[in-house]
Amino acid sequence: MANLHFELVTPEKLVRSEDVYMVVVPGTEGDMGVLADHAPVMSTIRDADLLVYTSEGATPETISVQGGFAQVDEKGLTVLAEAIS
Amino acid sequence: MASLKELKDRIASVKSTQKITKAKKMVAAAKLRRAQMAAEAARPYAEQMEKVMTSLASKVSIDENSSKLLAGTGKRDTHLLVVATSDRGLCGAFNANIVKEARVTAERLIAEGHKVLFYMVGRKGIPIIKRFYPDQILKHFDTSNVKAPGFEEAKAIAEDLTTMVEAGQFDVAHLFYGKFRSALVQEPTVQQIIPIAVANGAVTEAGGAVEYEPDEEEILAELLPRNLTTQIFGALLENMASEQGASMTAMDNATRNAGDLIDNLTIVYNRSRQAAITTELIEIIAGAEAL
Repeated sequence: MANLHFELVTPEKLVRSEDVYMVVVPGTEGDMGVLADHAPVMSTIRDADLLVYTSEGATPETISVQGGFAQVDEKGLTVLAEAIS
Repeated sequence: MASLKELKDRIASVKSTQKITKAKKMVAAAKLRRAQMAAEAARPYAEQMEKVMTSLASKVSIDENSSKLLAGTGKRDTHLLVVATSDRGLCGAFNANIVKEARVTAERLIAEGHKVLFYMVGRKGIPIIKRFYPDQILKHFDTSNVKAPGFEEAKAIAEDLTTMVEAGQFDVAHLFYGKFRSALVQEPTVQQIIPIAVANGAVTEAGGAVEYEPDEEEILAELLPRNLTTQIFGALLENMASEQGASMTAMDNATRNAGDLIDNLTIVYNRSRQAAITTELIEIIAGAEAL
């Protein structure tokens, strides 16, 4: 199965751009796991942790994001965050 | 003719000036690289933001309930000119060019019968604007106590502007800043930021239906202030890079001029020294012959 292309962007820089297995996005209306070939979605996100699974079953990497939104299109997942830590 | 001592002092003073301009030039060159990198790093965010904005804005119908950032106040009477200049001088005509651009626009708007107000970012533009348009400066946003204007400052400015437009203090806002073309060329640029200028038409939705969470209106409402912040942030970064570029060029010129001046002064100095020696010799020889 193809991997999901994941981009995390802040106003200062492009934080990461890589292929991963799955990302769990903390949407305003609930968390959603995004895998490859996810249907196009646009959602605002709440201030919480973003979970990045580099491969199936791997321990997730946590990135906490503040303010922003996530967009899924045919190219993959793009998360625009105002600040990360 | 200036005395030898005067010439010597003059040369020494020009030399020390040259040292200062040379140092400032090197500082500007180092800062320019950093500013340029920052401006480039901020581009993906701005591009993505713009893409999303245009695709969303074309979907949402404008009515009296929509945000003032998108739809405006319905009037075009009062124009706010947001003029972003630098806090420091020694950068050639950089600030003067931005202010000139702002003045041209202001004159045009006044001639059309609009009211013009100013919102100043940075210290250097204020004296000129104050002289031509006293009492029309709404606010000065001070950036002189931070090292480099960043996202926090952009956010504060955007919030300020949003509050003011909600309160009806102005109808249209234009942003003036120096766009960075290269170290040699900085272009004073004007951009309308409120209401947002949406490129209409030409939006072809790829991939069909996109699901929106919560929904288009709410996402847009949240995005509009963020988009404004991003635009201001981009302008501040461009301004920063432009300032350093202009400073580098101006200081390079100054260093070269100082070098020319030193060369000329040295020639004059040597000539007068030679003349003094010759006169002295002639006096001695003439005196010896007279005996």
